[in-house]
Amino acid sequence: MGPLVVNGIISENTNLLLAFIIGIGFGFVLESSGFSSSRKLAGVFYGYDMVVLKVFFTAAITAMLGMLFLSLFGWLDLDLVYVNPTYLSSAIIGGVVMGAGFIIGGFCPGTSFAGASIGKIDAMVFIGGLFIGVIIFSEGYPLWDNLYMAAFKGSPKLSESLGLSDGLAALGIILAAIGMFYVAEWAEKKFPREEY
Amino acid sequence: MEKELKDRSRRYLNPYLGGVLLGLVLIAANYIAGRGLGASGAVKSVVVAANKVIAPAHLEKNAFYAESIKQHPNPLKNWLVFEMTGVLVGGFLSGSLWGRLKLKVEHSPKITSRKRLIMAGTGGVLFGFGSQLGRGCTSGSALSGMAVLSLGGFITMAAIFGTAFALAYFFRKNWI
Repeated sequence: MGPLVVNGIISENTNLLLAFIIGIGFGFVLESSGFSSSRKLAGVFYGYDMVVLKVFFTAAITAMLGMLFLSLFGWLDLDLVYVNPTYLSSAIIGGVVMGAGFIIGGFCPGTSFAGASIGKIDAMVFIGGLFIGVIIFSEGYPLWDNLYMAAFKGSPKLSESLGLSDGLAALGIILAAIGMFYVAEWAEKKFPREEY
Repeated sequence: MEKELKDRSRRYLNPYLGGVLLGLVLIAANYIAGRGLGASGAVKSVVVAANKVIAPAHLEKNAFYAESIKQHPNPLKNWLVFEMTGVLVGGFLSGSLWGRLKLKVEHSPKITSRKRLIMAGTGGVLFGFGSQLGRGCTSGSALSGMAVLSLGGFITMAAIFGTAFALAYFFRKNWI
């Protein structure tokens, strides 16, 4: 039963080897979906190319549903899967800073590595920026450690906070995603661009 | 031939198929390692590792580094570092398959390469900072968080995309 490493079925070193292989899959899908191009990525914010929204939400609902099924079959213990903790203030303010970085820089960290891997110099410069940003945060940590730790809520699930079962919350998210796919297809027709 | 090569380099996977494949990779990560995908954490690990070599005394004094080194005594022997090394390999493989390997600065014809690089660097600094404050980026916090129904994942996702949409108008010349 998964997760394999948590249940001691594979060793920590095997886990790292598999991390490398998972990374190859991750990078391959990002690049072949066009996430190595900042102009394709930025398209989502202007409607001319909605690939980010389509790939991102399809991936999220596929993984969400897949894991619920694996858990149902008794193949994956969801209680042992890491659920990101929620620190309300830093989640929001960190997200706002990242959103600004996204529209200005045209990449996010994962996609910038995909871009750099095929020779995009702008992606390499973005990665250089990432290092500087991480160093600024770490070196200045005493200035924002209060914000970083504020409004800790544990590791709640969306379903718990809404008082729904996991399955019902997932259904709602899937319906919302389908709605967004319709908007995405409409936007690409409404704001087309030939070359970019 | 030239034309054919260019056309091939502009061909991408169907986005819904790409999404399903990405979802399967994310399931594999959770099934094997009990955690989702990530990206910015690997950058942090490299920064911590470099500090450990250059300034070990400094590392102990900084609460953020100290906490990180406590959790991962060997910062480079880290799941995300291996995964992101794989991303470089996987991206390169896909790029070579589609004929997209090329050193270039990609930018809108309305701006210069120089301006694009300044914007890319600035965006990177912001994203690097924000990813540490927000405990993960689009991959680790938003995508992987949403897949396990983490409330924080949904909040970070909404904040990232909401802000980028809100600011899109002011930066439109860089893109359209």
